[in-house]
Amino acid sequence: MATEVIMPKVDMDMATGKISKWHVAEGDAVKKGAPLFEIETDKAAMEIDAPADGVIRNISAAEGAIVPVGTAVAFIYAPGEAVTQVSKPVDQSQPATRPDAGKNSGSLAVPASGYFRATPLAKRLARQSGVSLKDVSGSGPRGRIVMADVKAAVVKPLQVLPQHDMVPVDSMRRTIAQRLTRSKQTIPHFYLTVTCDLTNLLNIRESLNAKAPLGSDKSALWKLSINDFVIKALALSLKQTPEANATWTDDFIQRHHASDVGVAVAIAGGLMTPVVRSAETKTLSQISTEVKDLAARARSRKLLPSEYQGGTTAISNLGMYGIEEFTAIINPPHATILAVGAAIENFVAVNGQPVLRSQMKCTLSCDHRVVDGAVGAKLLQAFRSFIEEPALMLA
Amino acid sequence: MSRELSFAQAIQEALATAMEADERVFIMGEDIGVYGGAFQVTGDLVHRFGEDRVMDTPISELGAAGVAVGAALAGSRPILEFQFSDFATLAMEQIVNQAAKLRFMLGGKVSVPLVMRLPCGSGTGAAAQHSQSLEAWLAHVPGLKVVQPSTPHDAKGLLLAAIDDPDPVMIFEHKLLYKIKGDVPEEAYRVPIGKAAIRREGRDVTIVATAIMVHRALEAAEVLAGEGIEVEVIDLRSLRPLDKETIIASVMKTSRLACVYEGVKTLGIGAEISAMIAESEAFDFLDAPILRLGGAEVPIPYNPVLEKAAVPQMENIVEQVRNLARGKI
Repeated sequence: MATEVIMPKVDMDMATGKISKWHVAEGDAVKKGAPLFEIETDKAAMEIDAPADGVIRNISAAEGAIVPVGTAVAFIYAPGEAVTQVSKPVDQSQPATRPDAGKNSGSLAVPASGYFRATPLAKRLARQSGVSLKDVSGSGPRGRIVMADVKAAVVKPLQVLPQHDMVPVDSMRRTIAQRLTRSKQTIPHFYLTVTCDLTNLLNIRESLNAKAPLGSDKSALWKLSINDFVIKALALSLKQTPEANATWTDDFIQRHHASDVGVAVAIAGGLMTPVVRSAETKTLSQISTEVKDLAARARSRKLLPSEYQGGTTAISNLGMYGIEEFTAIINPPHATILAVGAAIENFVAVNGQPVLRSQMKCTLSCDHRVVDGAVGAKLLQAFRSFIEEPALMLA
Repeated sequence: MSRELSFAQAIQEALATAMEADERVFIMGEDIGVYGGAFQVTGDLVHRFGEDRVMDTPISELGAAGVAVGAALAGSRPILEFQFSDFATLAMEQIVNQAAKLRFMLGGKVSVPLVMRLPCGSGTGAAAQHSQSLEAWLAHVPGLKVVQPSTPHDAKGLLLAAIDDPDPVMIFEHKLLYKIKGDVPEEAYRVPIGKAAIRREGRDVTIVATAIMVHRALEAAEVLAGEGIEVEVIDLRSLRPLDKETIIASVMKTSRLACVYEGVKTLGIGAEISAMIAESEAFDFLDAPILRLGGAEVPIPYNPVLEKAAVPQMENIVEQVRNLARGKI
């Protein structure tokens, strides 16, 4: 039987080899151990010796051809042995010399017959892990694919995943995760959105801020923000809609007398929600001063538990980040939370004419166990009137 | 209670135990009486049990085998010792055509409960006609059971199991093993026929070995362990019946199989084990070609250097199994 002459694997990483020179020609008699051809790899050039005595036949890779490891490039026949064409010539232009041949070190173990040179275990593992043997480079003799090669091919995609850091979970993070997960999983949320016109509010704010008296240190006693108006408006709306100022317990519904409004404050590594108690009874400047103080102490993590526990509703304002609208997760024991977007100038139709107006979108998340759709809508309707006619807050 | 006995002493103890326990048991063979046996296995048993039960035979293996088969058919429990397993060739008619067949040809109305002890193997300078390993010949014959102990413990236990067995059992005893020592319990225990033993556990390569090759495989495994290759060594113990389950389970664990045996490689026990694995569920777990290390394709030479070269040695096992484990074959 004829002896196969294959492209040998002379280097661990070698996937293909280039035949740089043949020392023999078709029909030449060769001696075992005599040089047959020269190969070039990425790293080295070397001579390949004849594996047997006989006559060289069926040379299938010409000089310059790049051939996958394990591929038969010729056969050595015993003198007088019948010559059969057992392998198709290696096509020099493709696939071996395709530009991407190196990337997909593929078809390395494929002899001309089209079968993969792979162990049963390698084939089985490839089947199970959905790896195509043509994507696997064989490390065994004559390019045979063994289990370790398939395993390496399976693992490869993982190796290109980005690195990541392990950030320890502190108690605040864990509390946020647990509370919000429980809220979102157990509270049936629904969402209502309104667009509020800010024209009047901005005018009043400007005027109030401009006329703020100076304190002993010559600085203005207040600088009201839109959010201060939002807090007061929501607190008064809850007073008008007492059904929504409530907390669900499994046995009864707590209906709260005061509107205690939590204000979400982003701090390093999480957020806190200090509560402005009985906000409906406080003036805008009182609210403004209180919120500034609570937020500053939240950031330095100096709040007392009594300052952030409880509450009946909350406000999350992402307007300063340019967020137009969003939905927030209710923070128990609250029944609602108001997600406040940015003040944005839009053209609106006034008497059939486009007029530029500042608008703000607010989305109320409601706990449907205590706040039905109409109740939530009533609350939001009241809120909108307070925002659009801030003078009502004085009534 | 267990104490250290040589392989030969363990066999002698089994013979004495069986003869004491059962009057039907007797032993026969060339020079086993006053001379004590070619390898001094029967020793002074003739003085303890008399010439009627420790019977010297003429130099006619065919005749002695015929007597043994006839005695077994007639209700005795004969144990026939051959001086060399090579001489079983002279008794083939009785072993293969009579002992192995009569139970089947007579519809199960008779059985042939005889035991033949066959000293085998090379390494003693006994040359071509006294050094062969012919166990695979007899293991090819349905109706025979063929065992090959590798330790004093198993030599006694397998012999007692063979004497109990209702069918003919051939025990091949490697001559180089007679002097090795090991723990042997005093009581009359049995080692089941048809059950291999895992002598060393490993995850990388399974070696299935017989007789003296078990010891060489264990030495090789020790060397390879130093290189980080963990070899599992299975002592086959029985060639027929073959303990397929143990071998299959081991190969499914290690994915690599080497068969190491002293008989001529071609058509030997390694061929059977390789084919059995290729036919089994373990096929899908093979991660390398199956390796066979067997005897060279020549009669065992007299020249001691050539004699050694004709059968696998520890160094050969180390080299080839290392190549197998490292994916080089």
